[in-house]
Order: sequence, then structure tokens, then C-alpha cells
Amino acid sequence: MPLNSDKTIEGSFQLVGGNFATAGEASGELKRTLTDLGVAEEIIRRAAIATFEAEINVIIYAAAARLLYFIGPSSIRIRIEDMGPGIENIEQAMQEGYSTAPEWVREMGWGAGMGLPNMKKNSDEFNIESVVGEGTTVEMVLNIP
Amino acid sequence: MILKEIAKILEASIIANPENSEIDIHSACSADMMSAVLYYHTPNSLLITSLTQPHVIRTAEIAGIKSIVFVLDKKPDKETIDLAQKKKIPLLSTSFCMYTASGRLFKEGLPGCLDK
Repeated sequence: MPLNSDKTIEGSFQLVGGNFATAGEASGELKRTLTDLGVAEEIIRRAAIATFEAEINVIIYAAAARLLYFIGPSSIRIRIEDMGPGIENIEQAMQEGYSTAPEWVREMGWGAGMGLPNMKKNSDEFNIESVVGEGTTVEMVLNIP
Repeated sequence: MILKEIAKILEASIIANPENSEIDIHSACSADMMSAVLYYHTPNSLLITSLTQPHVIRTAEIAGIKSIVFVLDKKPDKETIDLAQKKKIPLLSTSFCMYTASGRLFKEGLPGCLDK
């Protein structure tokens, strides 16, 4: 067991949409916490990438969001609840290359339609629920072998 | 390939963290799409890009990229350099375009991120 403690470690972040300057703060802290706990580097990188993609999605699409993480002895659970426009067609949004990002976002190197697929790729479990006009909730679990 | 050697091949100046120019780089990727950088992440790699905003540094940190080369003589602003210094990520600037910079490094034996 890689973790030094049997207890679950929790953390939360308030994310604000529209501002790239704060991108990476939540994923950076999660990365540091996991490093301090001695989790394997490959799992840390996958968790950080999945969380970073979630942060970017909030910046691009939502007004705000709450990001929660729970680190237990055998898994990392990351949950993002946003107050955004919601996703009309989740199946379409999950396709690589599909994006509704505006031009200013693309000019900054984002909005290639890789965000959600990459979050799924880096998770062992991935769940997404969305209500148009209310928001989207994504939950990702990464197993710690 | 040692970063100092990469700087020589690209006739590049090291514009941040020159004290880290001895790090060993295993592969490189050339991209202006940060989503692609995150999707094809590889540890100990070099990013060749023309984007200079601070979020490029944050993307690099998350994706396991150890150094960034800005092509076409692009110079990042102070905010980007400050962040790179904080994260200890060396930054290089070359006058070559992305194609030529990539070709020069590949020719000298630095593989692409996805090459086996």
C-alpha cells in the first residue's frame, strides 16, 4: 500500500470560469499532495492531467465550479460540479476532436476536442452527468494498485 | 540528449533557468495545441511551441515536460518567465521555425514523444 495512512484525505477548490491565469492551481496542489503521500509517479501524472483538463473545461465553458478530491488507500476520486451551460449530447462531446470552444480559446491552444476524452483516458472510472441550463458533473476514479 | 546540446543544435539562447541546462531530455513533441500536449504526455520530454503564455508552463509541469523551446524568436513575457523560474523549467528561444527546429533535433537522434 503506497499511502502512509488509512485515512481518506480530502480537499476542495472553487474554480472560476473565463480566466486562464488560475489554470492548474487545483491540479498543481493535488499533484503536490499525492507526491507527499508517496503515490507512484505515473498515477500522479494521470491524476494531474485529468484534473488540469477539468480545470480548463471550467475556464472555457462554465461560470464557476467546485472541485473535490478524496484520496484513500486504494483510490483517488476527483469530482467536478460546474455551473455551466450543460452538455446537450454527451456522446458527441466525448468524441475526440468534437469541440464547441470559441475562437479565443483555440488561439490559446485549447478547444481541440480532447479534454473529456483525455479525462476518461487517464481515469480508471469515468462518469459524466449533465443538465442543459444547470451544469455538468464529472467524477473520475484512479485506482492505486 | 542533454539540454545544453539541444540549445547548441537549435542555436538557441537559454532565457530562463540556465543552471538546469544539464538535464537529460528523452524525447520531444512539437505542438501549439496544449490539449494535444496533455493527451500525448511523455515524461522527461521537450516541448517545441510558438505559444508563450503562462498556461504553457503550467501545461508543461502537469504533462512531465522538462523544458520548452519557443520557435521563431518568440519571447515570453515576464509572467511566463517568472512562473518557469518558480517551476525550475528551463526555457529556450530559437530563430528556427517549428519544422526546422524539430528536424534538426530528430536528425541528431532525439526521438518524438510517441516513438518507441
